[in-house]
Amino acid sequence: MRISADQGRCLGAGQCVLSAPDRFDQSELGLVEVLDPEVPEGDEKRFRDILDLCPSQALSLEA
Amino acid sequence: MTLLPEYPQARGCPFQPASGYADYAPVSKVRLYNGREVWAVTGHAEARQVLLDPATYSSDRVHPHYPALAPRFESARKVRNFIGMDPPEHTVQRRMLLSSFTVKKTNALRPRIQTLVDGLIDEIEAKGPVADLVPDFALPVPSIVICELLGVPYTDHAFFEHQSRRVVTGSTTLEDSADAFAQLKAYLDDLIQRKRREPGDGLLDTLIAEQVETGALTRAELVDIALLLLVAGHETTASAIALGVVTLLEHPGQLAALRSDPRLLPTAVEELLRYMAIADGIARFATVDADLAGHRVRAGDGIVIVIATANRDGEAFPSPAAFAVDRGARHHVSFGHGVHQCIGQNLARAEMEIALGTLFRRLPGLRLARDLADLPIKEAGGVQGVWELPVTW
Repeated sequence: MRISADQGRCLGAGQCVLSAPDRFDQSELGLVEVLDPEVPEGDEKRFRDILDLCPSQALSLEA
Repeated sequence: MTLLPEYPQARGCPFQPASGYADYAPVSKVRLYNGREVWAVTGHAEARQVLLDPATYSSDRVHPHYPALAPRFESARKVRNFIGMDPPEHTVQRRMLLSSFTVKKTNALRPRIQTLVDGLIDEIEAKGPVADLVPDFALPVPSIVICELLGVPYTDHAFFEHQSRRVVTGSTTLEDSADAFAQLKAYLDDLIQRKRREPGDGLLDTLIAEQVETGALTRAELVDIALLLLVAGHETTASAIALGVVTLLEHPGQLAALRSDPRLLPTAVEELLRYMAIADGIARFATVDADLAGHRVRAGDGIVIVIATANRDGEAFPSPAAFAVDRGARHHVSFGHGVHQCIGQNLARAEMEIALGTLFRRLPGLRLARDLADLPIKEAGGVQGVWELPVTW
């Protein structure tokens, strides 16, 4: 699975950066940037929980 | 005919939700001060459902269907900024501010916040007990930080802190809140005019240069945005720091756990946010007919999200009534959820972590100088917390 981010939905709460600073960052404009989209097998639950915290539903997991 | 329960209801203990709502889960009808009947949403999943769907549940506070949870909400209709707008209008304004509130930017403020906190504790120690931590600590920390961030002179703090209290206090009358809003607007308009002649280096100066001078925002729009950032930037965090001290002191086992492992500080702050629910009550109205937890909500119906109760929903938080500094749950709705989730949340986290962590480290004997039951509690329908916090050490 891979993390997909939609900057068009992002509203810069920063929840993803707080949850996994090794995976997410914020651009100069304050919008989400995925540093590493690969979700290792077995880690899907952890990442679904992280994505669920995003208040603007800008993040999703794709096969 | 039986009368519906009233919203809001006063808290008996400053960090516990008003007891009256637990029986209404997850959605039920309540009656506001003006007699209007609205839906109270007390379930966590239902609160998220409403907050994630701005097309169905509008934040447009100018609209007559937007419910006034207290008289001050009526005067707030005249202050127009992104908190009271729906997408796409909301999105345009919020995006103008995002770059100033990233995790990186707020973390870069931590050394300054630490210096500020240490200086205030130096003064408290020098004066000796008893200290009132509201004016001596909880209020100046976020007030100075938001002034420096925005470029508002802190020398004006007595004025804007007083006016802010008049607009966020639950018992404020319509006339009083309208006057306070008008005074804050006049003050900020004057400040912005002065800044246009003599620019500084705060966020307001950036917004003047990038948005007002280019025609993207009118001066009046910037005044209303500045009002939100200034008021929400200090009053809520001040309440959270003061009530955080009370909550930790009243849970000595949890305070001891935090002291023995300071790495717990971020999760302790997150648990305080969940448990205390300072900004207790978010209003919306339905734009179309909708189903909510089996109820038929009609277009035009008012909604109030009862944050404190949603944060104690056992479906979302095991043992929800327990205050546990190692809970590690960040899905509370204390900052709201959806597109309006608090833009300053990471600044609030940084301020709470540094203020509370430093205070309990430097004053290990800290204790209340008055019984919890005798602390004056902020009124229902506004920002929650305590008005005074006398402590000794």
